Amino acid sequence: MSDSSTPSPVEVSAPADEGDVLLVAPVHSGSPTEDAFSDFRVTDAGEILQTTPPWRAALAIFFENKPAVVSVAVLVLITLFSFVGPLVYHTNQIASSLLYQSRPPGGQFPLGATPNGRDELGRLMVGGQSTLEVGFAVAIFATGFGVVYGLVSGYFGGIVDAVLMRILDALLSIPFLFFVVLLASLVVPSLLLLIVVISAVSWLSTARLVRGEALSLRTRDYVKAAEGFGAKRAWIQFRHIAPNLLGVVIVNGTLKVADAILIFASIGYLGLSVPPPATSWGVLLSAGISNLFDGYWWQLWPAGALIVITVLAAAILGDGLRDVVERRLQKR
Amino acid sequence: MTGYFIRRLLQSVIVTILVSIVVFLLLHSLPGGLVRAQLGPRATALAVHNLTVQEGLTKPLPVQYLIWAWHVVQGNLGYSYKMNQSVSSLLREYVPRTLLLVGSAMLLALAVAVPMGLWQGRRRNHVDDHVLTGTMMALYSMPSFFLGVILIVLLNIQVHAFPSSATTYGQVSAGQDVAELVLPVLTLCLGNITYFSRYMRSATIDNLLEDYVRTARAKGVSQRRVIYRHVLRNSIASTVTMVGLTFPYIISGSLVIEALFNYPGVGLLFWNAAQDRDYPILLGVILVVTVATILGNFFADLAYAVIDPRVRYA
Repeated sequence: MSDSSTPSPVEVSAPADEGDVLLVAPVHSGSPTEDAFSDFRVTDAGEILQTTPPWRAALAIFFENKPAVVSVAVLVLITLFSFVGPLVYHTNQIASSLLYQSRPPGGQFPLGATPNGRDELGRLMVGGQSTLEVGFAVAIFATGFGVVYGLVSGYFGGIVDAVLMRILDALLSIPFLFFVVLLASLVVPSLLLLIVVISAVSWLSTARLVRGEALSLRTRDYVKAAEGFGAKRAWIQFRHIAPNLLGVVIVNGTLKVADAILIFASIGYLGLSVPPPATSWGVLLSAGISNLFDGYWWQLWPAGALIVITVLAAAILGDGLRDVVERRLQKR
Repeated sequence: MTGYFIRRLLQSVIVTILVSIVVFLLLHSLPGGLVRAQLGPRATALAVHNLTVQEGLTKPLPVQYLIWAWHVVQGNLGYSYKMNQSVSSLLREYVPRTLLLVGSAMLLALAVAVPMGLWQGRRRNHVDDHVLTGTMMALYSMPSFFLGVILIVLLNIQVHAFPSSATTYGQVSAGQDVAELVLPVLTLCLGNITYFSRYMRSATIDNLLEDYVRTARAKGVSQRRVIYRHVLRNSIASTVTMVGLTFPYIISGSLVIEALFNYPGVGLLFWNAAQDRDYPILLGVILVVTVATILGNFFADLAYAVIDPRVRYA
């Protein structure tokens, strides 16, 4: 995990009792200088220890990762485009118009018109709303449920753990898209239903990850110490282990946003997404694909690019956060 | 080894039964129901009643499940009223095509991803590793159908190299069939490479740090031999297991790809059945695909146990 481009703080092995000491300020010619880590203190042993709160240290690691910082900006911009955009750029997104079917860009339609004669640019904003809502809602639902399931499984252990994990195995071996197609074709899909359905497949890997992490955290010294003090198992699980899962869970949740948007796009392509006048990027892209051989590029590339950029940003952000978590873990 | 084998087999059987119960209950608890789907919304109450009795839908659900399961065990997956054909004969026709598509895409993806991942693992954090990782990430961020569209635009519209849909499948000469396979296989393959190469890369990195590598180097084993004899072998073992685990995703991916390229495999069969509410097909396809997945996981695990003896005793 060495990073050659940016000067990373020098690591000094902290005494075992310095629980929250994460990073050590760079030491230049014996005396510490002003920089991002200006809070430090000197121990009895003469070591210079930095006592910045953990979140600031984590933030500093994160800001070293330029692509991750850029992707945060991109995600903010796309969110603004989708939710604030329609307030600035007014279009009729309710009525379709045969007159303007697939109009090329120009004049009234800066980015052309959809096959139903709606303004493509405005449509992309509306589609972005549902897409982002699904992405974030699924990440939250899936993470919440997966964490509880994984912690419960790890907490009870033994036969309960075995049964819960076999159920997970069974669910994991179901090809999820087949189920989504099934559900979405049997009932008229609403945004909430789609969120529930995608969450229902997304929480599985989170649950497994959390259980595995919880099991490995159990062997840590601080858990052993708590056990030694006579702490109850429930207390250990939810007071000591759960908070330490936070980093891993946040990384996982960020990647879930990316995955959920991809699944939502595929569902949209299969024609099973939210009914009009609502739309999604997947649905818009699907319309563009129907007209693929007519050369209506404005129905194809903008929607596709928005999906790719958003997913890519979420994935890079997840990678950047993982970097922070892994480097934090190394210091432990 | 036998004990491990039996344990895993038992586990697979239990998982299969669990899945079949979930699928069965889901299909029988959804609105509309089998009878309405078959007769349409304008059927008379009498017709609905008659068919309900005839199909045994008045029996309690557990009994219905057992009857259905007994039929499945005997190889009877039901009868499609829309296609007017038994589900098993439909599957016999459609499954081999999907196997051909998915199988060739997976093999091709492995053939590219294994050397690539090994290379990236050895050249970790060099420029070429970053470039490849970035490319893979961009590919990962594309919905598979969008990737397919890009390939259609490049290889079908710009350069008239390959057909973009398999509408003539099985009717023209074998050469035509192969040409029609190119774009779907390529699309599915590119998607898989992103997953496989990522596993292979991290497996290589992990293995390079292992003690046995240091031991091998210390006793003077050549770099070539360390990489190909020790690291490659161990990395492939864990990658193959991961491939077994990604099988459900790959099958799901083929559903979209088959719809995009109009490729007549189980994915397209399933999708059309979903539009028609053809319950027997839906149930049959999900069951077969799930069993295939469980078998895939089972064999991946088994292969891993053969390669790595530590697993057997864990």
